[in-house]
Amino acid sequence: MSSCTIYKRELSSYFSQPTAYAIIVIFLSLSMGLAFSFGKFMSIGDASLEWTFFFWQPWIYMLLAPAVGMKLWADEQRTGTIELLGTFPVSTWSCILGKFFAAATVWLVALLLTFPIVITVNYLGNPDNGAILAGYIGSFLVCCTFLAITMLVSACTRDQVVCLIVSVAICVTMVLCGYDDFTRELGKAASPGAVEAVVSMGVWDHFSSLNQGLLRLQDLVWFASFIFVCLLGTSAILSSKRA
Amino acid sequence: MIEVETLTKQFGSKIAVNNLSFTVKKGEVLGFLGPNGAGKSTTMRMITGFIPPTSGDAKLCGISMVDRPAEAKTKIGYLPESAPLYNEMTVTGFLKFCASIRGLTGTAKNDAVERAIETCFLNSVALQSIDTLSKGYRHRTCLAQALLHDPEVLILDEPTDGLDPNQKFEVRQLIKRLGQTKAILFSTHILEEVEASCTRAVIVDRGVIVADGTPSELLAQSGTGSLTDLFRAVTSSDTEAAA
Repeated sequence: MSSCTIYKRELSSYFSQPTAYAIIVIFLSLSMGLAFSFGKFMSIGDASLEWTFFFWQPWIYMLLAPAVGMKLWADEQRTGTIELLGTFPVSTWSCILGKFFAAATVWLVALLLTFPIVITVNYLGNPDNGAILAGYIGSFLVCCTFLAITMLVSACTRDQVVCLIVSVAICVTMVLCGYDDFTRELGKAASPGAVEAVVSMGVWDHFSSLNQGLLRLQDLVWFASFIFVCLLGTSAILSSKRA
Repeated sequence: MIEVETLTKQFGSKIAVNNLSFTVKKGEVLGFLGPNGAGKSTTMRMITGFIPPTSGDAKLCGISMVDRPAEAKTKIGYLPESAPLYNEMTVTGFLKFCASIRGLTGTAKNDAVERAIETCFLNSVALQSIDTLSKGYRHRTCLAQALLHDPEVLILDEPTDGLDPNQKFEVRQLIKRLGQTKAILFSTHILEEVEASCTRAVIVDRGVIVADGTPSELLAQSGTGSLTDLFRAVTSSDTEAAA
C-alpha cells in the first residue's frame, strides 16, 4: 500500500518534469537511429531484431539508465526529504520498491514506444515474434539491472552528478565485460579463468541468449538476483547512514 | 505522551546526547532550548525514529520507538528543521501524498488535507507549485503535513525559524492552541517564544539537561528576571567549548 503511494509520487514526478520526456525522446532517437544506420536494418535483409535493434540497447542503457535513477535517493538526501520519509510509518523497503518500480516504469514506457519497429519488421518479412518478445524481456531486464546499480550508488551520495558518473562507469564496465572484442584482448593478458570470471559479471552472457529467443532460467535468476542484491545493498546503506 | 528515557547518541567518539530523560504530558507544550550543537535536533530525530539511539528509548503514547517503530510513528507529527519538501509538487498534491502515506483514503483524506490547509493558512497557495513558495509558506506547508493525521504528539524543530514577525506570531498562537489537546515538543533559540507559548521549558547543553521548569520558575531561577541571563549562565558558548 505505502510502496504504491511512493510509486505514484515518483512516477508523477518523472512525468511532471521534463526528465521522462527527454529520456524517452533521446532513447527512441538513438535506438531507431542506430538500427537504421549501424544496424543496417534495411540492407541486411534479415527479418529479426536481434542484431539490428536489440544489440544496441545495452550501449544506450549504460549511458541513459543512470540518468533516470540518479535522483532517486541522492535528491532525497540533498533536500532533506529523506527525513520525512524516515519518520513516516513506512518501511525502507516500501520506499525502495516504490522508487525502483517507478524508474522501471519510465523505461517500460520508453521501450514499448519502440513498437513501430516491430510492426515494420512484420510488414517486411516473417520474423519470429516469440524471439522478439524474449528480446524485449532481456532488454528490459538489462535496463532494470542498471537502474538497480544506479539506485545503490544514489543511496551513497547526495550529489546527483557524482551518482551519474559512478553509475555510468559501473554500467559501461558491465557492458564491456563479456563483449567479444574486449574479452579477446583480455584473453591475451589474463588466464582463461580470470577472463571467464570477468565475462560472467557482464550482461552479454545473459542478454544474448534472451535476445536469441532463449528464455533460460539461469539468465532470469542472474538478473533477478543481481537486482535483488543491489536493492538489498541500498537498504543496508540507507540504514547505516542513519545510525 | 512523550517519555524519553535515558536517551543517548554517540557519533564516533563524540557524545551528542547524553542520558537525556524527560516527559511531556498531554496538554503540555515543552520548549526545548539550547545553543547550536547542543543535541536538540539529534534528540528530536531519535524521538521521531529517524535515527536509532545508541542506548535508551523514547515512548510515544506508551509505544516504544525502538521496539515498535512503525506503530509509534503513526502517533507523531514531525516538522524537521529545514522544512524539507518535494519541490516539484503542488501544496495540495504534497499534502495528499503525505495523507495517503499515513493511510488516509477517500473523503477522510480530502477532509484532512482541507483542514490542514485551513489551519496553516495555505488557501491562497494550495494549487501552487512548492518551488515557487516563499520561506514562510514552505514552513507552513511542512507544518500542515505534520498535522494531517491529527497526531497526539507533535515534534517541531525550530518551527518559527526564518519567519517574519507576523508569521512567528501566527505559528506561536497555533502551537498554543494545538497544545491544549496534544503533547508538543518544540525547539527554538528564541527565548521570548518560551514565555509566549510554552507551559514548560528545558535547556540542554552538550547533550545534558541543565535547567528544567515552567517559564516563571526559570525566570525566578535566573535571579535577574531575564531568560537570556539564565541561558547564558547555564550553557557554554561554542567559543568556550573550542578553547
